[in-house]
Amino acid sequence: MAEVILKDIRKAFGRIETIHGVNLSILNKEFVVFVGPSGCGKSTLLRLIAGLEDISAGDLLIDGTRVNEKTPKDRGIAMVFQSYALYPHMTVYENMAFGLELAKTSKETVDSKVRGAAKILELTPLLDRLPKQLSGGQRQRVAIGRAIVREPKVFLFDEPLSNLDAALRVQMRIEIAKLHSDMGATMVYVTHDQVEAMTLADKIVVLNSGNVEQVGAPLELYHHPKNLFVAGFIGSPQMNFIDAEVLAADAGGVKVALPGGGSIVAKVAGGALHAKDKVKLGVRPEHLGPGSGEATIPGNIEFVEELGESHLLYVRTPDKKMLTVRASGDAPVETSQSISVAIPPEACHVFAADGSACRRLAA
Amino acid sequence: MNPLKLLKAIGFWLLVVVIVVYAVFPFYYAILSSMRSGSALFQVVLLPEHFDFSNYIAVFAEQPFARNILNSVIVAVSVVAVSLFLGVTAAYALGRVSFRGRGALLLMILAVSMFPQVAVLSGMFELIRRLGLYNSLPGLILANLILTLPFTVWVLTTFMRELPKELEEAAFVDGASPWIVVRRVFLPLMWPALVTTGLLAFIAAWNEFLFALTFTLSNEQRTVPVAIALITGASQHELPWGNIMAASVIVTLPLVVLVLIFQRKIVAGLTAGAVKG
Repeated sequence: MAEVILKDIRKAFGRIETIHGVNLSILNKEFVVFVGPSGCGKSTLLRLIAGLEDISAGDLLIDGTRVNEKTPKDRGIAMVFQSYALYPHMTVYENMAFGLELAKTSKETVDSKVRGAAKILELTPLLDRLPKQLSGGQRQRVAIGRAIVREPKVFLFDEPLSNLDAALRVQMRIEIAKLHSDMGATMVYVTHDQVEAMTLADKIVVLNSGNVEQVGAPLELYHHPKNLFVAGFIGSPQMNFIDAEVLAADAGGVKVALPGGGSIVAKVAGGALHAKDKVKLGVRPEHLGPGSGEATIPGNIEFVEELGESHLLYVRTPDKKMLTVRASGDAPVETSQSISVAIPPEACHVFAADGSACRRLAA
Repeated sequence: MNPLKLLKAIGFWLLVVVIVVYAVFPFYYAILSSMRSGSALFQVVLLPEHFDFSNYIAVFAEQPFARNILNSVIVAVSVVAVSLFLGVTAAYALGRVSFRGRGALLLMILAVSMFPQVAVLSGMFELIRRLGLYNSLPGLILANLILTLPFTVWVLTTFMRELPKELEEAAFVDGASPWIVVRRVFLPLMWPALVTTGLLAFIAAWNEFLFALTFTLSNEQRTVPVAIALITGASQHELPWGNIMAASVIVTLPLVVLVLIFQRKIVAGLTAGAVKG
């Protein structure tokens, strides 16, 4: 088991650079998840670590050794692909044994390792089947088994659950989490599903067009996003962004004018801001609710989504923007009703014109 | 059954009969002719009157026909083996490795198959003389490769491109070299394509006439199509149709058998591979 260090890693396809200098250290036994919108380079970054793409510049260290020029096998990694990539003509047993066989492992060792992995993954009764005789979840397990038997230093997962249906996805997610705690292996996991990211990760890396936007624990990203992009990407439904003007700012708080005439003192460190600066006020839907007072925005309910355990209100504000409000249960609200949305000052995020966030004072 | 359906059924089976007669009758008539001799050959009959195998015996007695068959087998099998080996390795390079000029190379390979055989005949003759392969089987194998390689490479390249890239990458992560990827992962998946292209290459080499006629001198080095064409009768003015037909039937049967054996497998392989595994 090992740590993985990326030093200013760059990747260019022809003249187009897609990864722009990524610095990252992945600790031993850590579960790191790369998230980002499609095309952000998260899969490319994983393939660079795997050795399936050449690194254009920078250093990649696994377990303290530079592995830029090494083949995937010599890096001590194992990868689980989105499409499973099982060898269709080999049985489950042969699929898992293939890598060991190539490494000239003795027959007895291969057999004990394959049967061991099959036992962990509950694949023992399926060892003689061909991939086409397996269900999606079983195939995914074989793909994971193929990775386990090689006892790699680092496990790489490329969107492993995105081909499964919702129920199976939840189940496999739990199994992967269990596998990580049982094996104590370093794992790098790519997904676009933020639920997977939040639940599995020790550390989330948010990527956007080839740059790392923020690295941190799941709740750190949720509570203290560094910039507008991370704030918008983490959390569902998306955080509300309200265009506002600074009335007064100091290290203890920022007073901004709200659309519709109100104002609020956001509990953020606003040392760098000045009066009249244009900022974006960010509030998550779950922190908003009906209320009264100065820190409110008046609006009109245009649309209601009832989810059972909560409901979402889409509120049209005086500046013609839409606010999403999440309230618990099935509260008696109807469309076209007017509402006054209260903003709790401690739940506010404030983003300067360049998109960077002011540090929040509340937890 | 209503009249329209009946009419459709009749039309369908009529069409089937026409196609079968069109395809099979020439061969059937060859078998009929091979059992007759002398002036009987020139009377049109549709049913065999008696079974006379003297023509078949004569074919083997009057020339080294067994030797010719062996030559054809050696040439055709070698051509298939070499074409498939070169085809698969070239297909990996052309289908999987991206390099500058790949498209141009593929087009050039296809262009080679557009030349008429006669156009390359004199050049090929010089080449074979220079290599010291004149009047020998390796010479024929080399010459036949120019006919079979273009389409084997082209078909196998197209097929290999369709195989999922993740399979290859998974094998690389498992520690496989490109050669092992081709041999242990791709080959087992490609065998429907290998059977089809191999069969076509076999037929092309087996029936090849022009090169075999030009590049051989002695009867012992000839392949079957040339040997048949050069069968002569008792006098200069007599063409021994009976013998020729007997020889043709003998050399056609292995092809028919091969196609029948492999055709079932080709179909089975194609349908098994169609559902994504």
